[in-house]
Amino acid sequence: MTQRPGFNRRQFNAALAASGTLAALSPFGIARAQATKLKVGVLLPRSGFQGFIGQSCQKGADLAPGVIKQLLGVDIELMNADTETNVDTARTRAERLIQEGAHVLVGPFDSGAASAIAQVAEQRGVPFVINIAAAPPITEQGYKFVFRNFPTAIDLTRNGLSLIGDLFRETKVAPRTAVFMHVNDTFGQAMFKGISAMMPGLTNLPFKVVDTISYDPAAKDLTVEVSKAKAANADFLMLVCRLNDSIILRREMVKQRWNPMGVISPGSPGMYEEQFSKALGKLADYCISNAPWFNPKTDMTKVVSAAFKKQNAKEEFVFHGTNVAYTFESILIAADAFKRARSTDPKVLADAIRQTNIVDRVALGGPIKFNAKGQVEGNLSACAQNLNGRPTVVLPLSAAEARPVFPMPGYKA
Amino acid sequence: MPAPDLIANVVVAGLLTGLVYGLMALGLSVIFGVVRVVNFAHGEMMTIAMYCAVALFGAFRLDPFLSVIPVAAVFFGVGYAMQAGLINPFITRPEHSQFMLLVAVAIIMVNVLLMIFGPSALNVQVDYQLESFELGPVLFDKARVFAAGMALVTSAGLFLFFKYTPTGKAIRACADNNLGAKVVGLDVKHLYALTFGLGSACVAVAGCMMILLVDVVPTLGPGYTLLAFVIVIIGGLGSMPGALFGGVLIGVSEALAGLFFAPSAKSMFGFALLIVVLLFRPQGLLGRKP
Repeated sequence: MTQRPGFNRRQFNAALAASGTLAALSPFGIARAQATKLKVGVLLPRSGFQGFIGQSCQKGADLAPGVIKQLLGVDIELMNADTETNVDTARTRAERLIQEGAHVLVGPFDSGAASAIAQVAEQRGVPFVINIAAAPPITEQGYKFVFRNFPTAIDLTRNGLSLIGDLFRETKVAPRTAVFMHVNDTFGQAMFKGISAMMPGLTNLPFKVVDTISYDPAAKDLTVEVSKAKAANADFLMLVCRLNDSIILRREMVKQRWNPMGVISPGSPGMYEEQFSKALGKLADYCISNAPWFNPKTDMTKVVSAAFKKQNAKEEFVFHGTNVAYTFESILIAADAFKRARSTDPKVLADAIRQTNIVDRVALGGPIKFNAKGQVEGNLSACAQNLNGRPTVVLPLSAAEARPVFPMPGYKA
Repeated sequence: MPAPDLIANVVVAGLLTGLVYGLMALGLSVIFGVVRVVNFAHGEMMTIAMYCAVALFGAFRLDPFLSVIPVAAVFFGVGYAMQAGLINPFITRPEHSQFMLLVAVAIIMVNVLLMIFGPSALNVQVDYQLESFELGPVLFDKARVFAAGMALVTSAGLFLFFKYTPTGKAIRACADNNLGAKVVGLDVKHLYALTFGLGSACVAVAGCMMILLVDVVPTLGPGYTLLAFVIVIIGGLGSMPGALFGGVLIGVSEALAGLFFAPSAKSMFGFALLIVVLLFRPQGLLGRKP
């Protein structure tokens, strides 16, 4: 009798029995609980127009398994997926990661993608820890598997404006007027509305906004915008920008010989990014960004920045700090919950995440604790001023690396 | 009402930028006026010229004003070869074939630039880039003044070439009466290629000047192709003074729209102007009726 290749009848029956047992036990989490490794699906925009930032976040994910193994003794397996800066792609990649066995999802540096992934995570009952996304509605939907360790847009704006007041108190300067320039995209409009709504209530801010100028973030020339802003004769420029426009705008300020007391962002990217300093050299100095930041003084930051340096010898941690900090922490949250839960069962894991209390952090702020909505409260912004070509924390004083310089040198009253 | 000095500053900036826009559109207008092919890769060609200026500056610290000479020469050669080898066979084909050909060329150009230079913005850092001349309360951005001067010189050179040289006259003859040109024995295909080469050289000069005003990214091209179209349609397709005039008109109207209305809506006014011209003077402001 000839033996056919593959399974024989007995082997087939044994395999069938084993898989049946696993299938029967899986709803109770018994089979999953035996996992010794946490599979983390990392969703980031590593290509497309947010590709640069997605790759920056990925550096935080890449160093996480090594650091977490060292700190918690937990084995992490990363399952990386590129959202291609596309909401639909983010949704389908999340589906696929879950099908391929991801125990938890993290990512995705974008509110639109985060909303889409949150729906998938909730439907499939898989925990999703958001690294960076600020739209408030994400954690207002009553989701049970969605968690966010990043300030909401409201918190971002409040923190940013509050730091402007702190800056003026610390430097004992009281500008009376500001001209507000902002990009005319979804983010810029949201910031404009938030700032307009909050400003009247913030009595600690000594200035009033004398003119508001919106501009196209894809503008190639900002001559008119800067001319208008200069003509407002305000003491300082409050700027909500992105990277390329911030470079064009700063150059145009120099061309038009406009030297206000300072350029302060109440909470936007652009001026703290490496490309800003590279493109502008000395002109980048003294610009201020109030943004979610890493705390340069914690032990955890030292561990993470050392791991970053090891993996990215040619890069400076400071230019990736926020992206790395929040992405690393999202994986840390999952690993910490996995360690306590000793299970990869999604419900058990989600319950464990809800009980998180991580005190030693990379990002600036209080302990990581989720409220009933799955939102971490108490994440703070730093006042990061460009000094000698790199963003430097000047406020809050507890995390400061240098004293703030305000007004900017060259300011003419 | 904005202060007079603010209006003056904005108008000056718009005028100077408009002249460089005009130079860019001039290449498109020249090519269409003679070859009757619309170059849908025009903006992408200018983007390549901008990258050439960046590369020459990076390698030899060559000022973009000096880069004009080698870049324009290379572009002339490439333009000539493109017309002779690629576009001439399409001259007698339907317009949609020509359109698809040049759109395909444009897409290839953008993707090759992305592969070579990546998506980050690049620029050149010349000494005078952040300086300006001061005339009372009005500031003249040095880079813009020099670029606008170069635009005027190039346009004048091109005008003189077409007006007074035998080759220029032959090209104009081709444009005016293609059949007649063939009858008198002119090498029309060679003249077409020469024209495409001249248009390409023109766009190369515009690119070298534009890099002084704008950072370059590979995806910059389509926007400038569209802008060049708007300018030549407003000025008059095929009209050289029309292209320059259209550029200035767009530059100044956008600047004033940004000042008096919302800066974020300024490009809208260029298109509004286009609609008005198409409605009331379809041949363009300085164009001839067909």
